[in-house]
Amino acid sequence: MSDILNFHFDVDGGDFTSAGQASVGVKKNLRQLGLPPEIIRRVSIAMYEGEINMVIHAGGGSADVSVTEEYIEIRLCDKGPGIKDINQAMQEGFSTATDNIRSLGFGAGMGLPNMKRYTDYMKIDSVVGEGTTITMRVNIN
Amino acid sequence: MTVKALADLELFTPIILSEPERDISGVYIGDLLSWVMGRAESGNAWITIMSNLNILAVASLADTSCIILAEGVKVEEEVIETAKQKNINIISAQCSIYDTAVFLSQVL
Repeated sequence: MSDILNFHFDVDGGDFTSAGQASVGVKKNLRQLGLPPEIIRRVSIAMYEGEINMVIHAGGGSADVSVTEEYIEIRLCDKGPGIKDINQAMQEGFSTATDNIRSLGFGAGMGLPNMKRYTDYMKIDSVVGEGTTITMRVNIN
Repeated sequence: MTVKALADLELFTPIILSEPERDISGVYIGDLLSWVMGRAESGNAWITIMSNLNILAVASLADTSCIILAEGVKVEEEVIETAKQKNINIISAQCSIYDTAVFLSQVL
């Protein structure tokens, strides 16, 4: 199986106003490929959550999206503080976001749960003090 | 009902109609962006009091038909400009979220 398309995005840390650009860009690209709307919606929502997490917690990072014949893979890498307790972070409602971030409508503790909910596969590799890499896949069929 | 038809009703003021002929199917209400993104359905009218730029990404990704800013919430020019570029409809309502929702349940 070979990758038929790859997209790379740098996610700018600390800039909430432009957060989401990578996800919206991916959505546009997937639409041009003629993928089903529900698949596109799931990929772009999962990616937006990841993008926002990188902006809030990690000072930015990178996002790589690969489209194969079988699935769409999203790989998010950052050099942020890492996640201390992944099980806790996966619980709906758990958040370490500040009040300032909550006032913008984020920090509901739904980011990681949404990413899991909207993807068929999700793996979190995180080392405290070094960073986090999240790999997610949405099956096309 | 189209977004334009809704915006023309007395209760509402159109702020920017980038895609006026878009059909509205159902309503979602919420201010926590991840919550909304995880639960709003494609085509929903989304009632909120959040008015920062991030609502545009959420509306675009969740594919809502329009954002309804309730309670007379004001929106900055930058948000309107970006909504235009992203093909997003924004409507304003002076009344409360509850009254907006009750009204929508009668007209949709």
